[in-house]
Amino acid sequence: MTAKLTILIVEPDKTRADAIIDSLVATGDHHIRVLAESTGLARSVAELNPDLVLVDVANPSRDAIDALALASSPLERPVAMFVDRSDDGLTKAAIEAGVSAYVVDGMHPDRVKPVLDAAIARFHMFARMRNELAATKRALEERKIIDRAKGILMRARNLSEDEAYALIRKTAMGQGKKIADVAQALVTASELLS
Amino acid sequence: MRTLPLAVGFMPLVDAAPLIIAHELGFAEEEGLALHLQSAPSWSTLRDRLVLGQIEAAHMLAPVPVAMALGLGGVPTQLDALCVLSVNGNAIGISNALADEIAAKAPLPGFLDATATGQALANLGRTLRVGVPFPFSMHAELLHYWLASSGLNTPETLDMRIIPPPLMAEAIAADEIDAFCVGEPWGSITVEQGGGQLLVASAAIWNFTPEKVLAVRRDWAQAEDDLTGRLIRAVWKAGRWLSDPSKRSTASDILGWPEYLDVSPDILERALSGQMLTQARGTLTTVPRMLEFFDSAATFPWRSQAAWIGTRMAARFGLDRVQSAQTASKVFRSDLYRRHLANLGAVMPLASEKCEGALDAPTVHKATNGTLVLGPDRFFDGRIFDPAQPE
Repeated sequence: MTAKLTILIVEPDKTRADAIIDSLVATGDHHIRVLAESTGLARSVAELNPDLVLVDVANPSRDAIDALALASSPLERPVAMFVDRSDDGLTKAAIEAGVSAYVVDGMHPDRVKPVLDAAIARFHMFARMRNELAATKRALEERKIIDRAKGILMRARNLSEDEAYALIRKTAMGQGKKIADVAQALVTASELLS
Repeated sequence: MRTLPLAVGFMPLVDAAPLIIAHELGFAEEEGLALHLQSAPSWSTLRDRLVLGQIEAAHMLAPVPVAMALGLGGVPTQLDALCVLSVNGNAIGISNALADEIAAKAPLPGFLDATATGQALANLGRTLRVGVPFPFSMHAELLHYWLASSGLNTPETLDMRIIPPPLMAEAIAADEIDAFCVGEPWGSITVEQGGGQLLVASAAIWNFTPEKVLAVRRDWAQAEDDLTGRLIRAVWKAGRWLSDPSKRSTASDILGWPEYLDVSPDILERALSGQMLTQARGTLTTVPRMLEFFDSAATFPWRSQAAWIGTRMAARFGLDRVQSAQTASKVFRSDLYRRHLANLGAVMPLASEKCEGALDAPTVHKATNGTLVLGPDRFFDGRIFDPAQPE
């Protein structure tokens, strides 16, 4: 939390809000906005595109947690939630909704910064895992298409697997196209013809 | 999260991985950067885009910023190397005809034997047409060093042709060149397409070659200190991720995507894993440190590496060696690297220059944050380069 961040805080209690702002201002030149109610959260998030959302609610219901998490788009930014009371089910619900930090009875202004630092680190770690997973999925999809195209060529032209791949590659290079695109075109054409 | 846009150019090579991974896995975003990665068709185009300000940073051949500082190449802009992006990673390949010619006298030496392979080329006793991607490149420097030290009468019998990496396989298949030195995957693709075979790994000529750097304009680095720091950190984190062997398969998949290299991941994985196929019908050769992104302070821009490059260029282009070594060493910005990575817990060497080629084996050194294993960094002929006495 060294750079200048845009932070959105949901805090109904004016005194607590001021205490949080004071502790955050001490850590850097941040741009901070406070909402007293959670009703306008989604709109404020869309408008402000904050780097971080901090929500402090006394005693939320499960639905309230889901709604708060949804409104703060926890896959796009770290969201830290502070509650006074909770049970295991609610903690689980908050983490599953993508909240990066869920702190019970922990809203002490001097503890806000380390919690937010941890929330940011955790958010980045999960973002990286999501990116890795997305990359693997995409690779798998492309491989499937190329495998299907190879299969079509092997049957239609009586080629070995290596020969089929070499032919797709050569065609792609000759036409300045991508291997996956040539494979997709072959698969589509073969579906039309069959 | 909020991000600042940054246009970054690269050549389609496996060693562009730190930039591609920084973007795809979110290390850039973590530093508040949105990288706009642009593939370039040749090194000259990439350099010009950087010089003209069409891009802010580039994947660049380590000798390019040095050459520009020495006034070579006719472009007056000054570039700085913020960090080393990759160590080693090139392969020298020969045409099938040349392989047959060598094999007629004696069996082809091993892929890691720079002495015997250099000798085999020198024994041919004729001019060789060798493809390299750019006149100012480690490819050119290592070829000159290796062949001259092997007894070839350079530069007279070394006919260098400039060919962009993705066109190297075609050029050797079409008999436009007898040999090449190129970064992966283009050596492996030559093998794959049957146009030639790989003779020796560049890592066997110099065990620890600073291959690509992250280059920016010097005035940009001065004006944009904050962005400079974010960029160095994002790339450093990507290098650390790439050094984990369990990530190789994912890394090959991503690099293979159409917007990056558009090459089958199996071929890309060879350089990443150091398992190289040198002949179409051969077996895999394990190459220690075929391509390194992180370990042994691989990303640290040693001023002595730049001094080595500057000294070699001075010798070839008739410049003053001592002065060239000094000018060159200022281009590798170990000062910026240290300052911007200090808060990440990066382990850095205590000195910013060392004798190049002095370490025969991995050795433990005291470092800023504990210890650091450096080496081996040997040259194949055992010479040692002392930056205090550049010769």
